[in-house]
Amino acid sequence: MTSNLITATPAATGEGPQEMRSRSELTAKEVLREVGSVLRMSEKEASELTSSPVENDEEQTMIINMGPQHPSTHGVLRLMLELQGEKVLRCKPIIGYLHTGMEKQAEELTFMQGGTNVTRMDYVSPLNNELVFSLAVEKLLGIDGDIPERATWMRMLLSELNRMSSHLLFMATNGMDMGAVSMMIYGWREREEVLRFFQKVTGLRMNHNFIRPGGLAADLPAGWRDDVLTILEGLPSRLAEYDILMTNQPIWRERLQGVGVITAEEAVALGASGPILRSTGVAWDLRRDLPYLKYKEVEFDVIVGSYGDSFDRYAIRLNEIRESMKIVYQILDKMPSGDYRIQDKKVTPPPRARIDESMEALIHHFKIFTEGFKVPEGEVYVGIESPRGEIGCYIVSDGSPKPYRLHMRAPSFVNIQALPHMMRDGLIADAVAVISSIDPVLGEVDR
Amino acid sequence: MSDEAVVSPAPAEQLYGCVVTYSRGEKVIHASRENYIATLKKAIDDSFTMCTDLTAVDFLTYASTNRQLPSGINGERFEIVLNLISLERRERLRLRVQIAEAEVSLPTAFDLFPGTEAMEREVFDMFGIEFEGHPDPSRILMPEDWEGHPLRKDFSVGRIPVQFKGAPS
Repeated sequence: MTSNLITATPAATGEGPQEMRSRSELTAKEVLREVGSVLRMSEKEASELTSSPVENDEEQTMIINMGPQHPSTHGVLRLMLELQGEKVLRCKPIIGYLHTGMEKQAEELTFMQGGTNVTRMDYVSPLNNELVFSLAVEKLLGIDGDIPERATWMRMLLSELNRMSSHLLFMATNGMDMGAVSMMIYGWREREEVLRFFQKVTGLRMNHNFIRPGGLAADLPAGWRDDVLTILEGLPSRLAEYDILMTNQPIWRERLQGVGVITAEEAVALGASGPILRSTGVAWDLRRDLPYLKYKEVEFDVIVGSYGDSFDRYAIRLNEIRESMKIVYQILDKMPSGDYRIQDKKVTPPPRARIDESMEALIHHFKIFTEGFKVPEGEVYVGIESPRGEIGCYIVSDGSPKPYRLHMRAPSFVNIQALPHMMRDGLIADAVAVISSIDPVLGEVDR
Repeated sequence: MSDEAVVSPAPAEQLYGCVVTYSRGEKVIHASRENYIATLKKAIDDSFTMCTDLTAVDFLTYASTNRQLPSGINGERFEIVLNLISLERRERLRLRVQIAEAEVSLPTAFDLFPGTEAMEREVFDMFGIEFEGHPDPSRILMPEDWEGHPLRKDFSVGRIPVQFKGAPS
C-alpha cells in the first residue's frame, strides 16, 4: 500500500523552493520582505535597491550556507547568506530540520499526557512550557481561580529558577560564540547548580512534566529552602565575575556594541518579544504588563536597553538573572503552606494512600490515567513571559480528553524573523554575535 | 468563571464592524474573509500594533453546530486565528476568520504585520491555506517537496514513507 507513495514522483505542489535565490532572480518583492515592509519602503524604492549596479553584479557576491550543523547556530538553524566580501547583503534563515510534528502529536495525547510533549519544545526552559500549557488547560476547565496558593507560588519559584538557568546558559553560549571560552564553562557550571535543584524537586534535570493541569506533581522536598538559598547566595559573586570577564571588558564591548541593531518600531512590527523587544527600549514584560500567577505581589524591575544592539540584549539577560533572584527571595518569604494541587476529582488523581483502602479511588486513578479527564468545549489563548519572550498556548477543545488543536506560540520562532533584518549590511563575523543574541532554541522553532 | 464558554451579549456587541464574543473571558472578534484586512487596519489604528500569533484550526471532524459561533457566522472547515496585543492599553484581542474548503485562501497580513511572514508560511505548510500576496509562499517546516499538509485532520498520523529528497525508493 505504501509502495505507491514511495514511487510517486515528487509532484509539483505549487509552492516555491525554500532556498535563497540568486540575485538575478531576485524580485523587488523579496527585498521588500527583508527590509521594505519593516521600514515602510515602497516597492519602487525596493526595486531600485535590487538594480543598484554594485549589488547587481553577481560575480562579486556569493551565497554561502551557514549551518545547519554550524556549532554557533545553536542547533540546526541554517542560514543562507549572500556575501560581498565580508559584508552580509542578505540572509535567509531556513528552519524545519528539527520538525517532529509535536503539534500533531499533541492531538493524540490526552491533557494528562500533554505536558510531556510541550516540555520538550523549548528544552532550555521546560518548566515555562509546562506552565503555559497548564494555565491554558485550567482556564478551559474553569478551575484557574481555584488553584491552591502554594501551588501558584511553587510554580512561580520554578519558573523564575528556570529563567535563571536559561539565562545562565545564554551567558555560556554567548561567551563561547564570542570566543570567551572560559565563560562557557562558568555558565554551564552555574546552570548545573540550578538543574541539580530541579532534579531534587522533580526527579529530572530537564523535561520535567512537573507542572501539571491542576497544580504540580509533588510537593517540594524537605530542605528545599536551603538548596534555593545556596544557589542564591552563591550567584552574586559569580555574576560579579561575569562583569569583570565580559561586561566591563573593552574587547567584549567592542565585539557586541552596535552589532545587530533593531529599532523599537521594527521589533514591534516583527512581533519580536522578550529581551529583543526590551533591548529597543520598549518596557514590555508580561509578568508586569499582563500579570499571571502572583507576579502582582512581588517587586521587580523590567530591564530595558536603549540601543537595541547585541550588547543590550546581553546586558538585559544578565540583569534579568539578578531580578529573578530578587523575585525568588520574595517567593521564599511568601511561600504559604497548603496543598500543591487542586483536590478536584475531575482533574487530579487520588492520593496514593487512598488507593489501597478505597475501591472508588482505585477506579478513579485508573480512569484518569487511561482515559484522562474531559475538558469542556471552547478555545483559549494564554501567553506568559518565558526567558525568550512570549510563549503562548492556544487550545481548542471539543469536549474530549484530548485537545482538538494545540498550538504553541514559540518565541524563538518569531524572534528568528528579526535575523535577516539585524544582519543586513553587517559583517559575517558579526553574524555569530547576532544569532547568539537572539538566543534561539531550535526545538521550539521547529516543534 | 461561568460554565458557558461563549457568552453573546444581547444586543450583539460590535467592534470594528465585527461581532464580539467572549471565550473564557477573552475578547474575540469574528471577521469575514472580505473585511479581514479592513478589520486589521482598524485594529492597528486602535493601538493593536503587535500581532503575536497567527495560526489555523481544521474543523473537519468537529460538528459546526457545537462550535459556539455567534449567530450570523457560518462555521467553515478552516479557521484562521490571530492574537493581537495593544502595548499601550495592555490588552489582548483575538480575531477569528472562517475559511471555506472551496476557497482555502486569505489575503496576507504581511503588509500590516511583517511578523506574520513566518507564521503564514507555517499555516500554509501545515494546513495548505494560501495567503494571497505573501512575498515568499513556500513551506517552512516540512521539506519543500513534501506532499500534503500535516495538521489537516485528514492527514493520517500513521506510518508514511520518508519523503526526503534523494531518499531510496
